[in-house]
Amino acid sequence: MKEKAVVQMVDVRKSYGSQEVLKGVNLSIIEGKTTVIVGGSGQGKSQIIKHILGLIRPDSGSVIVYGRDISNISKKELKKIRTNFGVLFQNAALFDSMTVFDNVALPLRERTKMSEHEIKKIVSEKLVMMDVEGTNEKYPAQLSGGMRKRVGLARALVLDPKIIFFDEPTTGLDVKKSNEIYRVFSKTQKDLGYTAVIVSHDVPKIFNLADYVALLYNGVVQGRGPSGENQLSDSPMTPEEFQLSDNPIIKEFVETTMGPLYLSEMEV
Amino acid sequence: MLNFFEKTGAYALYYVNEAGRMGIFLLNSIMSVVKPPYKIYPIIRQTYIIGTLSIFVILFTGVFTGMVLGLQGYHTLNKFGAEGLLGSAVALSLIRELGPVLAALMVTGRAGSAICAEIGVMRNSEQIDALECMAIDPHKYIMAPKFVAGIISMPLLTAIFDVTGILGGYMVGVGMLGANRGTYFASMYKDVEFNDIYMGLIKSLCFGILIIWICSSKGYFVHLSRGGGFGAEGVSRVTTNAVVLSSVSILLFDFFLTSVLL
Amino acid sequence: MKNINIETGVGIFLIAGLLCFGYLSVKLGGVNLFGTEQYLVTARFANVSGLKEGATVEIAGVTVGNVSRIDLDNYEAMVQLLIDPGVRLQEDSIASIRTQGIIGDKYVKIKTGGADEYIERNGEILETESAIELEELVSKYVFEKE
Repeated sequence: MKEKAVVQMVDVRKSYGSQEVLKGVNLSIIEGKTTVIVGGSGQGKSQIIKHILGLIRPDSGSVIVYGRDISNISKKELKKIRTNFGVLFQNAALFDSMTVFDNVALPLRERTKMSEHEIKKIVSEKLVMMDVEGTNEKYPAQLSGGMRKRVGLARALVLDPKIIFFDEPTTGLDVKKSNEIYRVFSKTQKDLGYTAVIVSHDVPKIFNLADYVALLYNGVVQGRGPSGENQLSDSPMTPEEFQLSDNPIIKEFVETTMGPLYLSEMEV
Repeated sequence: MLNFFEKTGAYALYYVNEAGRMGIFLLNSIMSVVKPPYKIYPIIRQTYIIGTLSIFVILFTGVFTGMVLGLQGYHTLNKFGAEGLLGSAVALSLIRELGPVLAALMVTGRAGSAICAEIGVMRNSEQIDALECMAIDPHKYIMAPKFVAGIISMPLLTAIFDVTGILGGYMVGVGMLGANRGTYFASMYKDVEFNDIYMGLIKSLCFGILIIWICSSKGYFVHLSRGGGFGAEGVSRVTTNAVVLSSVSILLFDFFLTSVLL
Repeated sequence: MKNINIETGVGIFLIAGLLCFGYLSVKLGGVNLFGTEQYLVTARFANVSGLKEGATVEIAGVTVGNVSRIDLDNYEAMVQLLIDPGVRLQEDSIASIRTQGIIGDKYVKIKTGGADEYIERNGEILETESAIELEELVSKYVFEKE
């Protein structure tokens, strides 16, 4: 099977005031696979997701989604492209004034012409899939952090998008709850076969889910070569390649954050 | 020296940018109000928040404003032996000026601040980004119902303010100070013209739009605000800004509207 | 239950607001919402100096209508009066222009007659008395003395 990149970032640069956050990012997201973006805090990991979502426009470079450069297209076309996306935001970004059910039903109500009956069926299905059934009438403030994230994931999945973005899916959760999120994630990805982009701090655990890994450091995605150059836009690294990379920055990252390689021992 | 110019320039640039942002925001919101589909329930909900919940404040301030007008008016007019004009003095000052302006200031404090904080929190917790990613237009979804509710609520609140004010003036002027009951209403009926009511209506409509516009756009752009907009502190600072700015612009606009409409 | 509460609240607000607004515009602003069918009567005066459109029309001190238009027609003032529907004017009624107080507003006073016939819609009051100008009166008095 030939691997197809659904999203490609080519030499994307972005600065805020005098501070350049992205200094020529190259990245490709492969269809049906899970790409994990790691890196220290404040390196602009979330910025990458926001660029792909079209929430932020780059200063230069291009972001190509399904063959279209979205860095300078009209709002209308952007809206069309966004129908492929589902997003789980850092704090789930549920609407406080709505119940869990209404939150998950929102995309269906606003974007489709389904009857209330059908909506109810789909929403309940997704909530069961996330193991949060029975919370329909609760408000987000009444849920625990882990439950909020799972409801957020239910909302992201409700329109069956092709690509799902996870912005720090386990930040602020304890080990048990993060494992729960990972479990739900693997299950749904296996069932639905979507492309996943995960931004995470949770190294090394997150490597178990990854098909490809990108390390964002110093405003660029680190490449595999020994000189610490940019990653080329069309050659993503698998976790195995990542851990054996010659790039000194990656080497250091692997040594300091992962300790001994115990990839195969962990179960998800 | 150069530093001074740089700073001034940066300030100026920031405010010009902000004015532009807010202008575009207003245009987008108006377009989203006009554009179908129209949903009734969100408008009802916002009317409840902006209108119904403001009734008590409006009744209270209305009665006391009217009472003060009755008191002051009676003593001033008494000097000229013209207590007969008390009714029209109270009614005209309420309908033309005090009703629209004070009602708008009250709504700014009660509903405007809440709107600003609500939208600011939505921005900071990425709810607005989430809407955009779901391909739902935040203007259509959040702003349009607020604008429509503001346009409906402000004139009605102003009318309630006017009527309770007239009753307050009656209570003091006629009830306590002993002006003639008949002349209070008769002078009012005679001297208030439709133009006065029309003027009050136009003012309250403009103020309604102004309040919602300033308060919601300040909250919407909290992340771009000067001094950093993130966290609870950012939202609270922006809310203060919004209330101050909309109060000042209500008074400013009142002057311009009066001079145009007179 | 929550929805019902919100809807009731909004309903109360809308009704209260509209009532207040209605009171202001109908009672104070004098808007004819229900189109009380006033009828039109014209009257010719030699002089209407000081009379304004919108001035009241009174019979026995009671307001029964108002002045809707004032035009010049054949060097005479042609005044159109809108009279309330319940009020009927005899053929020989006399319309005169009077002043409220010494420097008050001008208004149209109708002295009713005793004829059996009534003036119809768009009819004309034939007998009129013009405005009395204070300066004229004074000068007349002064010069006749001499």
